[in-house]
Amino acid sequence: MAMTARQRARVSLYVQAGIFVVAVVALILATDWKTISTSVFNFGKIGPMFPDIILVGLKNTLIYTALGFMVGLSGGLLLALMKLSSFPLYRWLATGYIEFFRGIPALLVFIAFGYGVPLAFGVSWNVTVVAMISLGMVAAAYIAETLRAGLQAVPKGQMEAARSLGMPQWRAMVSIVIPQAFRIVLPPLTNEVILLTKDSSLIYVLGLTASQYELTKFGRDGISSLGAGLTPLLVAGAFYLVITIPLSLLARKFESRSARTKR
Amino acid sequence: MNDVVQNADDRGAVKAAGVAITDLRKSYGSNEVLKGITLNVEPGEVVCLIGPSGSGKSTLLRCVNLLEQPNEGSIHVGGFEATDPDVDIDKMRRKVGMVFQQFNLFPHLSALKNCTIAQTKVLKRSESDASAVAMRNLERVGLGHLADRFPDQLSGGQQQRVAIARALSMDPELMLFDEPTSALDPETVGDVLAVMRNLAREGMTMLVVTHEMGFAREVADRVVFMDGGVVVEEGVAEQVISAPTHNRTKEFLRRVLDPTHIDIAE
Repeated sequence: MAMTARQRARVSLYVQAGIFVVAVVALILATDWKTISTSVFNFGKIGPMFPDIILVGLKNTLIYTALGFMVGLSGGLLLALMKLSSFPLYRWLATGYIEFFRGIPALLVFIAFGYGVPLAFGVSWNVTVVAMISLGMVAAAYIAETLRAGLQAVPKGQMEAARSLGMPQWRAMVSIVIPQAFRIVLPPLTNEVILLTKDSSLIYVLGLTASQYELTKFGRDGISSLGAGLTPLLVAGAFYLVITIPLSLLARKFESRSARTKR
Repeated sequence: MNDVVQNADDRGAVKAAGVAITDLRKSYGSNEVLKGITLNVEPGEVVCLIGPSGSGKSTLLRCVNLLEQPNEGSIHVGGFEATDPDVDIDKMRRKVGMVFQQFNLFPHLSALKNCTIAQTKVLKRSESDASAVAMRNLERVGLGHLADRFPDQLSGGQQQRVAIARALSMDPELMLFDEPTSALDPETVGDVLAVMRNLAREGMTMLVVTHEMGFAREVADRVVFMDGGVVVEEGVAEQVISAPTHNRTKEFLRRVLDPTHIDIAE
């Protein structure tokens, strides 16, 4: 007997749910719970991680990320404006920068600014400075593209209205166009912060002292010292979520707010 | 409710500038949209530009404050020669208020801030002086009580009146209107036209691109009919609208004044 379209859709849903349940059950059965409980979910032995995972690890992750974001945001804005410039040299420079820093792994950038640049110029940078510059340089490339899209999404009439009131180009940019562009790109910009938070872990290539550990390094250190297998990494991972999930919620709030203000 | 202040009869209350446009030409690539326009507007005069879309009237208006760069010819506004390559564009534009079809209010600023930002940033007025000027102009367009609203909390007609107040807050000597009522709901058109009528009475020089023939007939000193990038006919408003002499003007007016008319003979 032929089914109606609605019946077919319902059957299809049941089949999909069934496959999902079977897959989960199979995974649970296949797991070696005995080993897992000592080497991954061994929460009995992680006591010594506290409170330093928060006072050192979380704190340093937040510091590296915040400094990197500051550099990335100002650099990104500069690059976005260069990319929209009528002066070709600026456009080429910005395009070259963006393609380069988006194209190479962030790890290489950390190595370059952690070892290469200090060697080349005979300077010595502390870890915080390297994290700030490396994260910032990479973030600037991504943020530049986001901001450029935001600047272009501001209607042309806004610039015309501002210029008609006698504002010079730069003043119209600063007071009228850029504030609106930032509102438009707030959700994708939050995304950049989340990516940056995770990339801050790459600082481990520099060889850190204990007080410079950020979350991932702190977790890796725990693997060797606590005898709880990979459990410390799991804890470190959980603390990333403590940062990133509120950011996501914040981004969603911005998004729904800007959706509401649109006519 | 019509909350526009009426009957303000103080002609000469504003300092007004004239405009002199001579043999103005403007092309986009090979497409010549202005083919030698000569037009004079006396200080305090109200001139309406009418004509079919694509006739170049908006482009002409936008050339006056250099939103479009003319290719040839000259424009004098107040004491400025707009077409001089060394002209201080920003200084000139302070004397020229512009009102757009799409309002172009700044959506991130309240109505009041829309009216103060250029005053403080360009004219370097203090925040309190600028606010006082802005409030006076918002009241002038009947919206003093909505000064704290943001553009998206205002109707189209209210937004356009804020846009007019914003332009007036710079103390312009000439106002340009680019189809100010074309994007409005019909019931809010009247409020905007009333504001413009008052402005005309106060002696502001106004150059208005419009399809509102009633407004042109009543308020304009002169009406200029453009088609295909040239001025076809110009004269006293009543005469051009009621008794046009050129065939193209007649044809255009018949279509605008009686849009439901179907020409079977053609």
